[in-house]
Amino acid sequence: MLGLDKKDAVLLVIVAVLTMFAPFILNPFPEGSAMAQFNAGYPDLMQRFVIFGIFAIGFNILFGLTGYLSFGHAAFLGVGSYAAVWMFKLLSMNVIPAIVLAVIMSGLFALLIGYISLRRSGIYFSILTLAFAQMMFALAYSVLTPITGGETGLQLALDDPRILGQSQTPEGNIPVPGLFGFEMRDSAELVIGSWVFTFNLGYYFCGVILLLAFYLAIRIFRSPFGMMLRAIKSNQQRLNYTGINPKPYTLAAFVISGMYAGLAGALMASMDPLAGAERMFWTASGEVVLMTILGGVGTLIGPVLGAGAIKYMENIISKINSDILHSWFAFLPDGLEDFVVTIVYPFIGKGWHLTLGIIFMLVVIFLPGGLVEGGQRISSWLRNRRARRDDRRSKTEPAE
Amino acid sequence: MDAIILQILNGLDKGSAYALIALGLTLIFGTLGVVNFAHGALFMIGAFCAVTLSRLIGLSHKVEVEGETDFLGNPLTKDVPYIYDWFGEATGAAIVDWAVPLAILFAIPVMILVGVVMERGLIKHFYKRPHADQILVTFGLAIVLQEVIKYFYGANPIPTPAPSAFTGSFDFGVLIGFDANTIIYPYWRLVYFAFAAVIIGAVFAFLQFTTFGMVVRAGMADRETVGLLGINIDKRFTIMFGIAAAVAGLAGVMYVPINPPNYHMGMDFLVLSFVVVVVGGMGSLPGAVLAGFLLGILESFASMREVIDLIPGINQIIIYLVAIIILLTRPRGLMGRKGVMED
Repeated sequence: MLGLDKKDAVLLVIVAVLTMFAPFILNPFPEGSAMAQFNAGYPDLMQRFVIFGIFAIGFNILFGLTGYLSFGHAAFLGVGSYAAVWMFKLLSMNVIPAIVLAVIMSGLFALLIGYISLRRSGIYFSILTLAFAQMMFALAYSVLTPITGGETGLQLALDDPRILGQSQTPEGNIPVPGLFGFEMRDSAELVIGSWVFTFNLGYYFCGVILLLAFYLAIRIFRSPFGMMLRAIKSNQQRLNYTGINPKPYTLAAFVISGMYAGLAGALMASMDPLAGAERMFWTASGEVVLMTILGGVGTLIGPVLGAGAIKYMENIISKINSDILHSWFAFLPDGLEDFVVTIVYPFIGKGWHLTLGIIFMLVVIFLPGGLVEGGQRISSWLRNRRARRDDRRSKTEPAE
Repeated sequence: MDAIILQILNGLDKGSAYALIALGLTLIFGTLGVVNFAHGALFMIGAFCAVTLSRLIGLSHKVEVEGETDFLGNPLTKDVPYIYDWFGEATGAAIVDWAVPLAILFAIPVMILVGVVMERGLIKHFYKRPHADQILVTFGLAIVLQEVIKYFYGANPIPTPAPSAFTGSFDFGVLIGFDANTIIYPYWRLVYFAFAAVIIGAVFAFLQFTTFGMVVRAGMADRETVGLLGINIDKRFTIMFGIAAAVAGLAGVMYVPINPPNYHMGMDFLVLSFVVVVVGGMGSLPGAVLAGFLLGILESFASMREVIDLIPGINQIIIYLVAIIILLTRPRGLMGRKGVMED
């Protein structure tokens, strides 16, 4: 199917099903129940899952395949956001030209930064990308204020030209981003019993783009080009001796992953039309590294899982407060309840970063392959157990 | 001329902090070959050692003031630190005042302990793993450490003043023959610079003039051979990790009066320190110190009004710009050795 072998086709279908039915899957608990706060099926969060999924897939094409650890990838995300918002300001509120320009701009920036940074490898490459990203952040924050909006960020205004669209709606509001007449914030709600499912146009738009991005990533992973990138990761020197110059390949990978980041940034701006410099700060670059590692470096599905896991924790765990904890552990005797709550409390709410840090460390120490490796280990363990049980059953006692 | 001297002085204190952190990073990298992203967190822990000590010293109990009442007619109480009861009022007040310098004594054992525990407990298991894994696990550790500090001390900066003898500024210009009020410089920054110089000198002397240091230097050059000679080099490297942690911690302790510590100060310094290390040359101790001061001074020159008018925004990016130029023109940094982190 689509030039994929069976395993990849299955993977793509699984991802497609997960994205398309996410409003159901992420809303397993009825509205108003005690577990409802674990529901993640609201548009804002689902959009973030998908957008950061795209970002992480792109990062993985660079880090997972070539082994070059870029610590400044958020810069391209920021460039994409700014480009998209400028398109909204100047051209029209249609998201398509915004996304196209964002991808082109971030690609150009990636070409420039990649061309310089890729002269070095290892930690020097990481520091170079970090330095470029920090420079872009600092400039966007201060000197480039006319272009980037500085500290307040780049926002839409009523007097923007929007030559193909309208400067303001008939009611005198700033128009919202849309796709040929449909607005990104349009949502439909489906109520079944006490369950409420929200279907948001913006989410589905992002979801379709995620699928395209994912499909492209599979094709890259399986292509001769992907093979070349893997060769760069495993032994660059040998590649040199074979008479192949690895630089164009790594640069291509860098530009592609920068374009993915720009795409993610454009989608962010399409969902919420503003862009701020903090999107380019180095902690944002660190976050995508965390996502990729947590999910599984070099695997196809891993980065998407990692992005989902981190965004879920950020939004759901950080919302739990001590009252909720008390209601959970109410079945325990009072003293014990307080004790358990005291123990758990530092890890939730504002302390979710602590949980994240600990999980991340455990993953790096024990599961270098991330969640994907964890899944594989569990499934192979189950399979072994079943095999052993079948073995025992089928063993016949020797006749005496 | 006076403006140039002033900018050099201004660059010295930040440069000292960069140099101390970069020195510790390089010690760890040069001995154990580990890229320690948690080093900024050690700097931060050092700063919070000072906060902790000044809080401990300030612990007080309530005492009724004879013959005075508050507006409700209750006896007026005031807080008296325990330290006043133990050492008398004058000495007690002096100790409270000098809490930050005293924290040096408190921080050294704490930081060495933290460093040794970190090395034995975590980093030991990462020697054979790729550099990327080391970066990632120490990055995770840094997140955990700073969240723990945030949990106990809150997210806001905690002002902790320098001893009153060193607060305020003095006229440095008069000392070197300029007119009065041309070069005004805070006392504590000068103390910080002197302190950094002493620490850096001590570390170099320790490595250069003691048998222990000689063995460590031999181990940095060729670990395997030193091991074959029957020397337990791992144990010495562990101790060096503790010393590197202590250097970072002391840099943090003394930095407290300059900048009130908060939980993410370590991360803020870490990124710059890495740039410093790379500019200086991975694994080169003099390179780290040199690059630290150089970048600190460059940064302060770039913040001069005249320079900013000429090239807007240069003060924000100068360090990164210098790093990029140096990395591209001198691939091993200013004083890097051949064969270190070449892959």
